[in-house]
Amino acid sequence: MERVAEPIATSERAPASWSELVAFAVMTLAFVVAPAFVYPVFLMKALCFALFACAFNLLIGYVGLLSFGHALFFGWASYVSAYAAKVWGLDPALAILSGSAVAAGLGLVAGAVAIRRQGIYFAMITLALAQMMYFFAVQAPFTGGEDGIQAVPRGRLLGIFDLSHQMTMYFFVLAVFLACFLLIYRVIHSPFGEVLKAIRENEPRAISLGYKTDRYKLVAFVLSAALAGVAGGTKSIVFQLASLTDVHWGMSGEVVLMTLVGGLGTVFGPVVGAITIIAMENYLAQTGQWVTVIQGVVFVVVVLLFRRGIIGELANALKIPL
Amino acid sequence: MMFEIFGISSQALFGQLLLGLINGSFYALLSLGLAVIFGMLNIINFSHGAQYMMGAFAAYLLLQYLGISYWWSLLIAPIAVGFTGIVIERLFLRWLYKLDHLYGLLLTFGIALIIQGVFRNYYGSSGLPYRVPDQLQGGQNLGFMFLPNYRGWVIAVSLVVCFATWFIIERTRLGSYLRAATENPALVRAFGINVPRMITLTYGLGVALAALAGVMAAPIYNVSPLMGADLIIVVFAVVVIGGMGSIMGAILTGFGLGVVEGLTKVFFSQASDTVIFVIMAIVLLIRPAGLFGRST
Repeated sequence: MERVAEPIATSERAPASWSELVAFAVMTLAFVVAPAFVYPVFLMKALCFALFACAFNLLIGYVGLLSFGHALFFGWASYVSAYAAKVWGLDPALAILSGSAVAAGLGLVAGAVAIRRQGIYFAMITLALAQMMYFFAVQAPFTGGEDGIQAVPRGRLLGIFDLSHQMTMYFFVLAVFLACFLLIYRVIHSPFGEVLKAIRENEPRAISLGYKTDRYKLVAFVLSAALAGVAGGTKSIVFQLASLTDVHWGMSGEVVLMTLVGGLGTVFGPVVGAITIIAMENYLAQTGQWVTVIQGVVFVVVVLLFRRGIIGELANALKIPL
Repeated sequence: MMFEIFGISSQALFGQLLLGLINGSFYALLSLGLAVIFGMLNIINFSHGAQYMMGAFAAYLLLQYLGISYWWSLLIAPIAVGFTGIVIERLFLRWLYKLDHLYGLLLTFGIALIIQGVFRNYYGSSGLPYRVPDQLQGGQNLGFMFLPNYRGWVIAVSLVVCFATWFIIERTRLGSYLRAATENPALVRAFGINVPRMITLTYGLGVALAALAGVMAAPIYNVSPLMGADLIIVVFAVVVIGGMGSIMGAILTGFGLGVVEGLTKVFFSQASDTVIFVIMAIVLLIRPAGLFGRST
């Protein structure tokens, strides 16, 4: 049976292969010079979603767990960060951290419930739990209901850098993204990451080798939730807004789409996928409802015709890990 | 005749119980369709909610443009929507059977986005009213509560449809082929039974069940492009609670949870949107395979 995120046929390699190093350098350089050519707000949006997709990919790509409820962590972190920055007047970095901490806590609870089942059930359970927390967000007084939390101050980072300045904000977001990206890279190439991949390939065998797979899955889930939380918190500071859109199932679907388009289980795929989808949505924004239709078409085409995604196909063609 | 239970009038209590049974009818019909499809295709049909919506829209459009009554819609809409299901199965789903089940979920999610997006583009997001058919206007005074005829009808029809489906699958020769093909498709094919065609028809039937639920829902809830989008998530929770191993389990869980939801509305209304999800979490912690599921 062909699995989701099948491993690309390359020889087993040293922790950091040259192709990944080159790709990382190219990506970093591209993001550093990009603001000279592209509207920074668009780039910041793309970076936040790229981080969100990377966090999601950690689960689907390396543990083989499809979470259809990642909006729960993204959205609730976005609310908490916005609230912390606006009402408590926290430093933006602390606001994002508190959002991420709450996301990690939610991840611990949701993960403990969801990992009781595998495969398709896991997807349905995460979706249902996220929908439950969506209803909480609709009812809870502090989320501002339909209006959301608006006019969140960007504030001064560490009391020094004024984030209302667009380029300062951009490089802060870039730094957050790169730090989390490297963290994820480190995790998937660590002994812990190897166990995760073993669970993805054959869970019963991993169990028979003595690994407590449930614990590994739970830690991966919490980590993924926390990083999705960083993405959500950063997004709320950048756009100065946290709203119901961020916790809705549509957002969970969107991050699945981004990762799928870029390539499940590839290191750079989620980044490319996020940029592709955000660019597409930006370009199609005037067409109204057709955006959803086109997203649906992309889902169908990718699942039927190129399941490896953009980066997966590229890596496969060049026979290098990416 | 009025009385009170825990300070809540019998009218309110039975009213919500009735509403719970109505919701339960739809949960049962939809989770039944999901279970039937999953049994044969190993695919969780994410577009089930969209196909339920298509059923409601089919009834609305038939009445609006062709003047075709509710009664004919009850027959035509499921057949028409079931046919679109067959087309979807032949064009898309059949390529996925050898792949990880998750691809089926992703593909049908994409199809749901397409269907809902197209309908929203033409009909907006607000609900369109659909009139209760003349023969079912009015209601019965049962003494302790007022039962609108249409609601009684919905509960009765869904019970009949659910048990008929159960009977066909568990008690007839056709059903035994189906169950055998679920267990071991290769062997059943070796006996000369056309399994691929059976799979196609099963998907068509499951989709038709969703559409039938949609037609029945049209006069109760308004007809709107997103009417199935949130519902399908609740139905997923129902399926997780019941476990998809058993047809009867899907039916009982559907009705049961509808009633629980109705009761929650009476006693603790803030939690009525979330109670099913909470129950799901509790069931998963105590009995991960679901109430009627076989442990995997």
